[in-house]
Amino acid sequence: MAQFPNKDHILVLGFAAVILLMPLWLQPFGAGYPDLLQKFAIFGLFAIGFNILFGMTGYLSFGHAAFIGIGSYTALWSFKLFSMNALLAIVFAMAVTGVFALLIGFIALRRSGIYFSILTLAFAQMCYNLAYSVLTPITNGETGLQLEQADPRIFDSAPVGDGLPLPDLFGMGLTGYNGFYFCAVVLIIGFYISVRLVRSPFGMMLKAVKSNQNRMKYTGLNTRPYLLSAFVISGIYAGLAGALMVVIDPLAGAERMQWTASGEVVLMTILGGAGTLLGPMIGAAVIKYCENIFSAFNQGVLNDIFGFLPDGIQGAWVSFAGLFVGSGWHLTLGVLFMLIVIFLPGGAMEGFQRLADWISARVGKATASKSKLNEQEGAE
Amino acid sequence: MDAVLLQLLNGLDKGGAYALIALGLTLIFGTLGVVNFAHGALFMLGAFCAVSFQNLLTLSKRVKDESVTFFEAYKEIPYLEIWFGDTGTLLIDMAVPLSLILTVPIMLAIGYSMERGLIQRFYKRTHAEQILVTFGLAIVLQELVKANFGANPIPTPAPDLVSGSANVGSWFGLGDNVIYPWWRLIFFGFAGVVIAGVFAFLQLTTFGMVVRAGMADRETVGLLGIDIDRKFTIVFGLAAVVTGMAGVMYAPILPPDYHIGMDFLVLSFVVVVVGGMGSLGGAVAAGFLLGILQSFASMTEVKAIIPGIDQIVIYLIAVIVLLTRPRGLMGRRGVMEE
Repeated sequence: MAQFPNKDHILVLGFAAVILLMPLWLQPFGAGYPDLLQKFAIFGLFAIGFNILFGMTGYLSFGHAAFIGIGSYTALWSFKLFSMNALLAIVFAMAVTGVFALLIGFIALRRSGIYFSILTLAFAQMCYNLAYSVLTPITNGETGLQLEQADPRIFDSAPVGDGLPLPDLFGMGLTGYNGFYFCAVVLIIGFYISVRLVRSPFGMMLKAVKSNQNRMKYTGLNTRPYLLSAFVISGIYAGLAGALMVVIDPLAGAERMQWTASGEVVLMTILGGAGTLLGPMIGAAVIKYCENIFSAFNQGVLNDIFGFLPDGIQGAWVSFAGLFVGSGWHLTLGVLFMLIVIFLPGGAMEGFQRLADWISARVGKATASKSKLNEQEGAE
Repeated sequence: MDAVLLQLLNGLDKGGAYALIALGLTLIFGTLGVVNFAHGALFMLGAFCAVSFQNLLTLSKRVKDESVTFFEAYKEIPYLEIWFGDTGTLLIDMAVPLSLILTVPIMLAIGYSMERGLIQRFYKRTHAEQILVTFGLAIVLQELVKANFGANPIPTPAPDLVSGSANVGSWFGLGDNVIYPWWRLIFFGFAGVVIAGVFAFLQLTTFGMVVRAGMADRETVGLLGIDIDRKFTIVFGLAAVVTGMAGVMYAPILPPDYHIGMDFLVLSFVVVVVGGMGSLGGAVAAGFLLGILQSFASMTEVKAIIPGIDQIVIYLIAVIVLLTRPRGLMGRRGVMEE
């Protein structure tokens, strides 16, 4: 870490460049518009945070969506009560989610394996069910929590005009590309922190706990504080992601706390490659991209694409392909996901690794060993 | 008192469904050691067996409606009614119970091919990977059903004969205030019979004995020259049948839609964990226990004391049980422990 341009710095700078230039290079893929790019950044952050727990310690949480929800509600209440400043809302959301993560983690981490998964799931379901029923004064139940003109906003001196106020950053509006760049900067900071975490002694300790917790205990190490820290950190990432969702679109509903939302982040992490630095970001982007692209397809688009086929075949093929797109894109997701878990448990990053190995094996033995070494270091 | 009896019945009913699903889940876990997140999907497939059978019986022919004279009107008459008259109408009416006949072989085939095709490749993988691949499978099955049957709940009424309510109160001399739908009583009885059947099968037959021995020590049973994998495949099929039948019989109570499986999955996992991973008796006991507790928690009197308790009682119990009795109520030592 001593000299400046080391491998990690290059990784983070490269990551930052790729993220910040997304509006340009994603244009040809039909994804260069702010709404989708914001989603990439937010869910990337969520997945990176989830990876700190799942990828590094092996503890599979099925309740991280609860933190998204808590983060969203807190941020929105900060907008309502204090100020429309996004930074303030984010800080509040992180603090409150951290407290919740501490409480839930303290209890859930008493068990490991599937019991841990069920405990986190149970807590998340409790949050979800309560948000829909008894906590309606705080969460506004099914309608979802929204801003209102009559909100106090004690730090905002300027009176609101007609319509609802929008979140801002010290006067700068956060709609469209502004919003994306705001999320992107937060994402890059989050990524940098996660790189530093992985490289730190703390990160090494988590990896040791993952590979053999019993042995770590026998050496006299109390693993609980390390696990709890990892849980709280990843919970805060989720809360941050939840807060960003509200910054972009000031409306918080309980449905984002449902357990299938927790499942989604697991899918993202696995798809990209759990335990790798870049994997979760890739997984999140791929899933959100496919969601947007595939669900926009419909019968007409398919007919255009397969128009070159003979009529009979075209009809059958379009109705078959129609299963996988539009509202049925989850089917594509499920199939893709099963294939990944069955054939490529390391996710996309393992795929790249294998591809690189294969290419280098063909290029020649002399250069092969060198590039393989480089690739391996890059994947870690 | 009336309200208490009514909630008890409600609880037994819900508990019956939980117990059946959890029983299947535990059978799979106890024998194969696989955490099956696609189990809820099996429940859903069972329910949609009933829907398909109902659709099959009501295949209709479009005929001219003679009762309308001033314009051309058509109505649909099911073929069964055209061919068999009143017998056909009766058959259509009994669609749900009759579909059990179809459900058993279908679910057996689904369970068998699921185990041979996918699950057996995951015995040696980690539990996390088992959870993930079965979760993916659940999504696929769910989306296929959605593509075929649409996203809305499909009404599958119980037969007319038992569509009314029973005056349960008078059976216990409590007056006429406690009435309860016949079909729910039938479901409860059905759940009891199936549970008893599974236990009898495991306790009284040679096959069951081998399976129980295999659950206790798979390797030794294999060394004795028994093809235990084959037996376990059949157990997987059996678990699918039990769950599928629960889905069929529950369809008139809760009209099935494509995510009914996911809804029940979370609950049934909680039930299994509370009962103790790998304990069949525990799964059944915990199923009824949680069903009854949930019903009582939804009474107005209880809700007045602790608001919101009806929404979280099951999860709360799960947390408490897991923290005080790590193996669940009746779990054995050494199951799912690091």
